[in-house]
Amino acid sequence: MAVKVIIPTPLRQYTGKQESIQLEAGTVGEALTGLTTRYSDLRRHLYTDEGKIRSFVNVYLNDEDIRYLSKEQTPLKENDVLSIVPSIAGGASSLSFAQDSNLRCICS
Amino acid sequence: MLRLNTEHLDAIHRHAAREYPAECCGVMIGRDEDEIKRVTEVVPLANLRHDGARAQEFIPLEDPGRESERNRYLIDPHEQLRVEKGARARGLAVLGYYHSHPDHPARPSEYDREHAWPWYSYVIVSVEKGTPRDSRSWVLSEDRSAFLLEQLEVEEAGAAAAQSY
Repeated sequence: MAVKVIIPTPLRQYTGKQESIQLEAGTVGEALTGLTTRYSDLRRHLYTDEGKIRSFVNVYLNDEDIRYLSKEQTPLKENDVLSIVPSIAGGASSLSFAQDSNLRCICS
Repeated sequence: MLRLNTEHLDAIHRHAAREYPAECCGVMIGRDEDEIKRVTEVVPLANLRHDGARAQEFIPLEDPGRESERNRYLIDPHEQLRVEKGARARGLAVLGYYHSHPDHPARPSEYDREHAWPWYSYVIVSVEKGTPRDSRSWVLSEDRSAFLLEQLEVEEAGAAAAQSY
C-alpha cells in the first residue's frame, strides 16, 4: 500500500527537511521500519535500544492513535496517512536529587 | 532565535496567571525563517496532568504521589495532531511549546530536559505567587545533554522595534 508519513518539525532535520515521506507498507510497523531504514538517523528518536517504539512517541493512523488499534500490527490501506506526534511534557521540579545544571547560553 | 510580539507574550502570561498554581501549556505556531523562528500564533492547550489516569495512558508516571498539574504538564497528543494539521494547512509550522513554572524559576528542570525534543523552542514562564515574572526560551542541544538558552526577541505588536531578552 502506498502511504504517507508526516514528520514533525524536530525530526525533519533527519529526513532532508521533508515534511512527509511516501512509502509502501502493509502495516504501521512496516511503514516505520521502511522510514527508519531510509533515514537511519531517525531510528534512535523513534525506537528504544530494545527496538520498541519510545513511549514519548505517538503514532496516529489518520486520526486514530495506534495504541487503541492494533499498535504496530495495524494494517494499512492505500493512501493512509501516518503522523508521528512527539509527546510534549515537562514540569517545574525534578523528583530526584539530580542537579538541574545542564544549562548553557547560546545568546548572541 | 525565537521572535514573537508583545500580544503573544501577553497571551502566554495571561494563561500562566489564569492556571496558577497549576502549570499551563500551549503551542507556538509560525514560520521557520532560517535562523529565526517567527511566531504568528500562540494557542493555549489543556494540561492533561489535571487528569492523572488519562495522562498515564501517554506517559509513565515516576511518582504519582508527588506528580500533579502543579509541577508537571502534558499535552494531549490528539490536540497536537489537530493543531499541527491546522498549521500545515495554512503553510505554517509548530515552532515550539510554552509552559509555566509556578513559584519556580524560568529555567528547565532535569525532567524538562529528559522529555524534550531537539529543534523546538521551549518557552518557560516563571509565575511568582500568581504573577508572571520572567520568560525564557530554551532549545535542547543536539546530543540531548543540555538545554541551551535561546535568544527571545519580543517585538511591539504591529511595530518593527524589538527588545531582546
